[in-house]
Amino acid sequence: MWDYSDKVKEHFFEPRNAGVLEGANGVGDVGSISCGDALRLMLKVEPETDIILDAHFQTFGCGSAIASSSALTEMIKGKTLDEALKVSNQDIADYLDGLPPEKMHCSVMGREALQAAVANYRGEVWSDDHEEGALVCKCFAIDAVMIEETIRANNLSSVQDVTNYTKAGGGCSSCHEGIEEILVKVLVERGETFKPGGVAKEEAAPAGMTNLQRIRKIEAVLESVRPQLKRDGGDIELVDVDGKTIYVNMTGACAGCQMEALTLQGIQQKLMEELKEFIKIVPTKTGALTRAMK
Amino acid sequence: MTGIYLDNNATTRVDQAVVEAMLPYFTEQFGNPSSMHSFGNKVGLAIKKARMQVQELLGAEHDSEIIFTSCGTESDSTAILSALKAQPERKEIITTTVEHPAVLTLCTWLEKDGYKVHYLSVDDKGRLDMDEYKKLLTDQVAVVSVMWANNETGTFFPVVEMAELAHAAGAMFHTDAVQAVGKVPMSLKDTRIDMLSVSGHKLHAPKGVGVLYLKRGVRFRPLLRGGHQERGRRAGTENTTSIVGLGKAAEMALEAMEFENTEVARLRDKLETAILAKVPRSFVTGDPSNRLPNTSNIAFEFIEGEAILLLLNKFGIAASSGSACTSGSLEPSHVMRAMGIPYTAAHGTVRFSLSRYSTEDEVDRVIQVVPEIIAQLRKLSPYWEGDGPAAEPEKAFAPTYA
Repeated sequence: MWDYSDKVKEHFFEPRNAGVLEGANGVGDVGSISCGDALRLMLKVEPETDIILDAHFQTFGCGSAIASSSALTEMIKGKTLDEALKVSNQDIADYLDGLPPEKMHCSVMGREALQAAVANYRGEVWSDDHEEGALVCKCFAIDAVMIEETIRANNLSSVQDVTNYTKAGGGCSSCHEGIEEILVKVLVERGETFKPGGVAKEEAAPAGMTNLQRIRKIEAVLESVRPQLKRDGGDIELVDVDGKTIYVNMTGACAGCQMEALTLQGIQQKLMEELKEFIKIVPTKTGALTRAMK
Repeated sequence: MTGIYLDNNATTRVDQAVVEAMLPYFTEQFGNPSSMHSFGNKVGLAIKKARMQVQELLGAEHDSEIIFTSCGTESDSTAILSALKAQPERKEIITTTVEHPAVLTLCTWLEKDGYKVHYLSVDDKGRLDMDEYKKLLTDQVAVVSVMWANNETGTFFPVVEMAELAHAAGAMFHTDAVQAVGKVPMSLKDTRIDMLSVSGHKLHAPKGVGVLYLKRGVRFRPLLRGGHQERGRRAGTENTTSIVGLGKAAEMALEAMEFENTEVARLRDKLETAILAKVPRSFVTGDPSNRLPNTSNIAFEFIEGEAILLLLNKFGIAASSGSACTSGSLEPSHVMRAMGIPYTAAHGTVRFSLSRYSTEDEVDRVIQVVPEIIAQLRKLSPYWEGDGPAAEPEKAFAPTYA
């Protein structure tokens, strides 16, 4: 049996705001392809103020899907749409005192239903932007799609590489066989064969920059991604550079955003390409990455 | 309130008499049966007795056909790998899409080593197409591995007939009978079944002990080599206490065989009939006319199994589900998918599996509770409206999947 928190059980056994909401003017129907669960979120929004007066849900799903739905409706009631959209899947999980790693997708489904319902209210069409695969690394909740895409994007060839880039396999290591299988598959597509003893990707030779040049380069890269982050209401600042480790601060909407890890990964990739060396980007404030590492 | 345990296909309670039979072998008779001194002597005799008790339950011709192992999975792996090792010129395996992972996962693993595995499909009641099977039986097939009874639906496969056909094609025949042993009368000596797996904890013996039945004369290559235990066919010091327990449990299962097929079946039928009558949009999966006497697998449409189990558990009722969420995997049961059960029903399947310790009161209580639980969850379901499913449920709720 799953190790559900008391809060999850409470919201499952006595779900809040369950059932049809009469007079709803924003409805989001989403499902999770990974487990078959599905959720309808209904909002009653006051047009003048954009405030969510009431929120109800109907869920076809397991205990944690129902609890996540219930928690979500409680969290967004009384908020404006813009405030509500800041609720991340991690916030939903935190509200429930945590979810088992296999069940995090239930909270993702909640967040997606919210986006879909708001889009429906605003007369927009919502489309999903990420795909979820089978969970491979249970220690860090990394799925197969994430691993496969990272292997492709970065030309990885060893389990050690995958761990360095995604953290998958960095814990108890019992998923290494699963990671190897994904590597074998992608390597075959690249026309290579997987070598079990394969060494981690060679670190690129130092690019021959002075410290100052290097830091300026780093700042230039961060500057180039800043407009994107600002568009989403967030920002990034450089805190320190210690050898191969670059410390940054994610601020505004980026802090604690469910996509923080992915965003940082993208920036890290860009930095590596520009600096032509292997570096690691580390957020200094508590964010998704550091939380996951706890 | 004491719990109501209707998950006996997962595991069973060890019978008190089994525990008592085992106890002396922890402290008084702790010797190694291989030793020459008297500490080991009586233990050897106890194992011999257990072997004969299992022999009788299975209807095996010789007691030496019983090899004690650590579990059903070990027996499955040993049987299949032995057949491949013994016939290196044959590179094909026939099994079914609805086998237990102990067989399926091994087979998909063997595919990577170049073996060709044929997975027999099933119809909507979980039945095999024997013509398809006959066509696949060529001189390339090393082993056929087909379960006796399905763990989720209880549906029987015609293993005795299939073993005959395999034998005619020169292939070995193995059956995973962990659910059937103790519930189905067997006379293996009258069949062409070469190998059969037993799991102790499915028949009120402890966990961690199993049996591989190996018909005399069947070519065999051990999985574990080392000591001479089990006539060199399964090395490793015997799990003496559990073997003694399994022997006792086998003896008791044989005595209870008729009871299982009359009284347990009656309670199962009562449970099933009442639930189906009280709960709209529910149906039995598998083949109700040809299945284990203790198993009922019911699909409740438009709700999800884990949620049902959590609510049942609140009432002290233990059952299991084929939903994706209960398994830790993300897919609903491969057995339900193989039978083509739509996923709005496959996710809501609940397996009730009784034992000879299940009582009328317990069954009555479950009959009382289940309809309430189902109604409560359907109130939350987007496919449901009022007292029935939404008109055209698949259209009324068509979520964007991400």
